[in-house]
Amino acid sequence: MRLSWDNRWIVPGLLLLVIVAIGLILPSSYYYRVGALVLISALAVVGLNLLLGYAGQVSLGHAGFVGIGAYAVAVLPVHFNVPTPVALLLGAFFSCLVALAIGRPILRLRGHFLAVATLGFGVLVAMVLTNEIRWTGGPDGMTVKRLEILGERIRTPQAWYWIAGFTLVIGITIAQNLLNSPTGRALRALHDSEVAARVAGVDVARMKLTVFAISAVYASVAGSYLALLNGHITPDSAGFLHSVELVTMVVLGGMGSLIGSVVGAAVLVILPQALTLFHEYEHLMLGVFIILIMVFLRDGIVPTLLQRLGRKP
Amino acid sequence: MLSEFLQFMMSGLTVGAVYALVALGFTIIYNASDVVNFSQGEFVMLGGMVTVFGTAAGLPLPLAALAAILVAIAVGLLLHRLAIEPARGASPVVLIIITIGGAFVIRGVAQIVFDKQLHRLPGFSGEAPINFLGASILPQTFWVIGGAAVIVLLVTLFFERTMIGKAVLATASNRLAAKLVGINTAMIMALSFALSAAIGAIAGLLVTPITLTSYDVGTMLALKGFAAVVLGGLGSPAGAVAGGLILGLCEAFSAGYLSSTYKDAVAFLVMIGTLLVLPNGLFGTASAERV
Repeated sequence: MRLSWDNRWIVPGLLLLVIVAIGLILPSSYYYRVGALVLISALAVVGLNLLLGYAGQVSLGHAGFVGIGAYAVAVLPVHFNVPTPVALLLGAFFSCLVALAIGRPILRLRGHFLAVATLGFGVLVAMVLTNEIRWTGGPDGMTVKRLEILGERIRTPQAWYWIAGFTLVIGITIAQNLLNSPTGRALRALHDSEVAARVAGVDVARMKLTVFAISAVYASVAGSYLALLNGHITPDSAGFLHSVELVTMVVLGGMGSLIGSVVGAAVLVILPQALTLFHEYEHLMLGVFIILIMVFLRDGIVPTLLQRLGRKP
Repeated sequence: MLSEFLQFMMSGLTVGAVYALVALGFTIIYNASDVVNFSQGEFVMLGGMVTVFGTAAGLPLPLAALAAILVAIAVGLLLHRLAIEPARGASPVVLIIITIGGAFVIRGVAQIVFDKQLHRLPGFSGEAPINFLGASILPQTFWVIGGAAVIVLLVTLFFERTMIGKAVLATASNRLAAKLVGINTAMIMALSFALSAAIGAIAGLLVTPITLTSYDVGTMLALKGFAAVVLGGLGSPAGAVAGGLILGLCEAFSAGYLSSTYKDAVAFLVMIGTLLVLPNGLFGTASAERV
């Protein structure tokens, strides 16, 4: 078997090597925490990239699904005594249902209209989480019960680094296989021209809906992990700024590049950590960085690098 | 009954007038350059904040207001020159992210130059409410609604009666053709950023005596302004104004008659609901995709 960039196992394989290598050398639990945050964000970004980078459909409300996943593992165990792993699955299932329900009408919209409709969805989820104080603790958020496996509480950042790492490898493997299937080719056709795809026999509406639901599940699982890692969750996780952050990670790493999703997440998680040194100027510098990167690397980091190296992106 | 209705309507029109001006700013920039400018709310913030700090520094109100408008225009021109112009030809998502980055920068600077407190201005014509058919109405309400009406009128006249205004319209309808007949389209784009910034700043300084202001009021205004634009149909100035007023009224009536907990949600519910029935907004026209 010849090894090439087109091989569907090479991307997940390389990623696994990198995650294990980095996981073995990180010096302190602070670094493991940042690493876990990178991997968790990357999971949501991979899902969003399927929608944005491959199917060409914008979502400015994807943090809404992150919020659903996060609050599923926060609310269900505390108020209804649901075991955490079951709550995580229920959250993902609910996100999928919500995506199917709102996706059917919303995905008929195009371009900026789709952007604003998804934006509205995200803002609505954040508002519900903020206002239903009895269940969610309101704007201050709520404490999340830690995950227990065989009576052992999983609370160290190290543990979450490995859990998130392996989940991300699985997530990328699934995404890669999806893209190499007939569905993946239909998605790319959709990205280039909706009308042409339809003429060629692609069930456009169904295709968009499927990928929207898949990306919602990725975001939901990432949200659950985020809540369990931090032990505390606020409605900001579902807010507009978080949605923008996710989209920026996709574009920054490279639309339509799965490795790019991981790179984009890494840059945008690590950068603010470095910027906290300049806490007064954090907003300002983050804005400047975003503008500079978008202006000079508008195709995203990974596609630009691949182009420089003379390979096809 | 009537007094209550009137009260809600006036407060709805006031908020709606601000949304309408934000939406008008969105539309002017979008038409000239195809950019959905998410920093639009920051111009409103600048309008309020610079006026507050200008009057606090001893400037008379009209001068402080003028300073606020000039600051906003300068910021709008800088945003165009330093962030939008270098990224020309990038995809719409990239441009949206750039304007959100721009909003971060403006907010970050405002937070350092000013502060993180809530600020207010005294009403322009005093604070004593006017009693009108049983509803008590702040005099500032008339400043906001009247000011918005004057701006919409002036903008309309500008587009229909002046040479430069017509050049903007020509650029909006076909950039290449406009260039071919000798219109300096780069200048027109800069002009549209300046004009939008000025409109946003005026909205901000008019409404600050009623709603207060702080360095971070821009985000929600930008989101609702965008919702208003889309509700009206992207690209139509009249639609933007109508969209803004409709959202303002819906918010005020639902807060008054139903509950104010979900006041901020109403704008988005109305917008999504409308799009499901009319995918191109109230005044938008369908366009065919070219293959």
